[in-house]
Amino acid sequence: MNAVLALPIIAPLIGAAISITFRQLALQRLVSFAALTVSLVSSIIITIDVSRDTDITVSRLGGWPANIAITLVADRLAAMMLLISVTLLVIVLVFAIGQKAVDEHSPIYHPIYLILAAGISQAFLAGDLFNVFVAIELMLMASYVLLTLDGTDKQIQSGITYVVLNIVKSLLLLTAIGLIFAATGTINMAELPERLAGLPDGVRIGLNLLLLVAFGIKAAVFPLYFWLPDSYPAAPSSVTAVFAGLLTKVGVYGIIRTETLLFPGGQSQLLLWIAGFTMVVGVIGALAQSQMKRILSFHIVSQIGYIVMGVAIGTKAALAATVFYLLHHIPVKASLFLVEGIIEGETGETQFDRVGGLSRRSGFLAMMFMIPAFSLAGLPPFSGFLAKYSLVRTGFDNGQWIIIGIAIAVSLMTLISMTKIWIGLFWGEIMPAVPEGRVGILRHYRLMTVSTVALIAGTLAIATFGGPLYNFCIGAAEQLTNPMIYIQAVRGS
Amino acid sequence: MSFVLVVLIGVLFTIGTYLLLQRSLTRIVLGVGILANGVNVLILASSARQGTPPIIGSDDGPFTDPLPQALVLTAIVIGFALTAFLVALAWRSWTIDGNDLVEDDIEDRLVARRIEADHLSDVRGREDVNEDVDGDLDTAGEPA
Repeated sequence: MNAVLALPIIAPLIGAAISITFRQLALQRLVSFAALTVSLVSSIIITIDVSRDTDITVSRLGGWPANIAITLVADRLAAMMLLISVTLLVIVLVFAIGQKAVDEHSPIYHPIYLILAAGISQAFLAGDLFNVFVAIELMLMASYVLLTLDGTDKQIQSGITYVVLNIVKSLLLLTAIGLIFAATGTINMAELPERLAGLPDGVRIGLNLLLLVAFGIKAAVFPLYFWLPDSYPAAPSSVTAVFAGLLTKVGVYGIIRTETLLFPGGQSQLLLWIAGFTMVVGVIGALAQSQMKRILSFHIVSQIGYIVMGVAIGTKAALAATVFYLLHHIPVKASLFLVEGIIEGETGETQFDRVGGLSRRSGFLAMMFMIPAFSLAGLPPFSGFLAKYSLVRTGFDNGQWIIIGIAIAVSLMTLISMTKIWIGLFWGEIMPAVPEGRVGILRHYRLMTVSTVALIAGTLAIATFGGPLYNFCIGAAEQLTNPMIYIQAVRGS
Repeated sequence: MSFVLVVLIGVLFTIGTYLLLQRSLTRIVLGVGILANGVNVLILASSARQGTPPIIGSDDGPFTDPLPQALVLTAIVIGFALTAFLVALAWRSWTIDGNDLVEDDIEDRLVARRIEADHLSDVRGREDVNEDVDGDLDTAGEPA
């Protein structure tokens, strides 16, 4: 029953097993593409399934009864995250194939990429805490390898920071799970809310904080963000795009589940502070940088603040805005990194004092940067405006004036740092010199351009179909604010 | 949960945390191993009841809860993989520059030095500052 829920996890894993036996690059690419296509089709089916009625799709692997089986659960939030993640993974795969340098050098790129895909899918679908842990480990293990794929000095240095920090996070998460199990006797996310509510206050708050810290490191919120800008820029752009779009969002997804299902409304005041600091620190860090990839990496941190803000306010409207923000943020952020990948492929670097005049060389490339950049800053008519508007409006409705002020100021500063990239890379003298006989940047990187444009078109579609999508998000928020729907669906009445 | 186990968990966590805070990657690897084992013992200790083996067909309960052991088994495997990867990283780091120190980020140090230099004087040009920073990179990561 509902076996389709397992496909986004199983298909990439089988693909990885097949792909690792091949030496031919073409075959590996074919397998990756086929496996991710199966994932994509099944996540489309899952999403259609959950959006048709308010029901939640549940699959108990092996047909065991509810409290014994490993359960996979797809509510609206999980289905949406799954669909958008797999879509991004497919697009970035095309980009990576076009980028050549990434997968030609290393025969394990494709298998590892598929394992990453399986881990991300499982993290969204897992129905118990330990499965969430295993999924995150699967995903992180793949990300360690992808980050240090070339084994250069720079990659190893930043890889060490990344790996050690994430191991600490994993051990904290495992400790939290062990303590939750000791306190309640279960790790099933449908049984936990009831039993956690019965615990003494001190124990409950302690467990809540431990989970928040563990997911917070992964999500890179203040003050646990410092590893991110150090490590992400070292990876190839196609890898960074997936990391930026998806890995931190798994942490955010964990925070959302913790705050809505396991500990409804716990620590919301603390989260509000964290949200404010995360926004401000991230954007100030971005303003201080003078390299495109590092500016974008700091913006990941800053944008996480907006998402946490919605979770902290915690009303139905705020959660709907949060879900919409996630939907908008993933493709926009990833497409900025893909544009960076094209620029880096052409010039070899994105340091402002050594690259310039790109808008004179290719107006279309400048457009490709401008659209997601404006969207990230929250200018109309792009998707970022809708997302930020709905977040700020829920802030108004709840009288959270300070955080609204911060949010608006930070989006202005986001615009300033985007302008900095614009002035640094797109204006000025053409640097470095154009190679002999080069026709144009985009014509040279055809496959990369096509995939990036597809992603940008996706962000424009999110803005265009904002109404229906927002309705879907309201449905997701309805399920989030009413945990009984989730609990009853998973337990089976 | 027996008292000895609780003390053991505490000791393992303490040693593990101390080793994690070191600059040398070899010590961090050891710290991760010890900390991971501390967590494993914690999960094992969280299984409350002891009873007969939980096998389908035998019905003289109460049964031991098999879940923590299944969890620990998975956690051990994951911990093993993580440690193996860390060792590989440490080895690679050693073959590249002959040490296994965890260094501060280069860009961070560049930004910090630039700000410092801006404060010191406006006379020195940007070129000098960059040269300065390049020269210092090799030593800046050494422990005091």
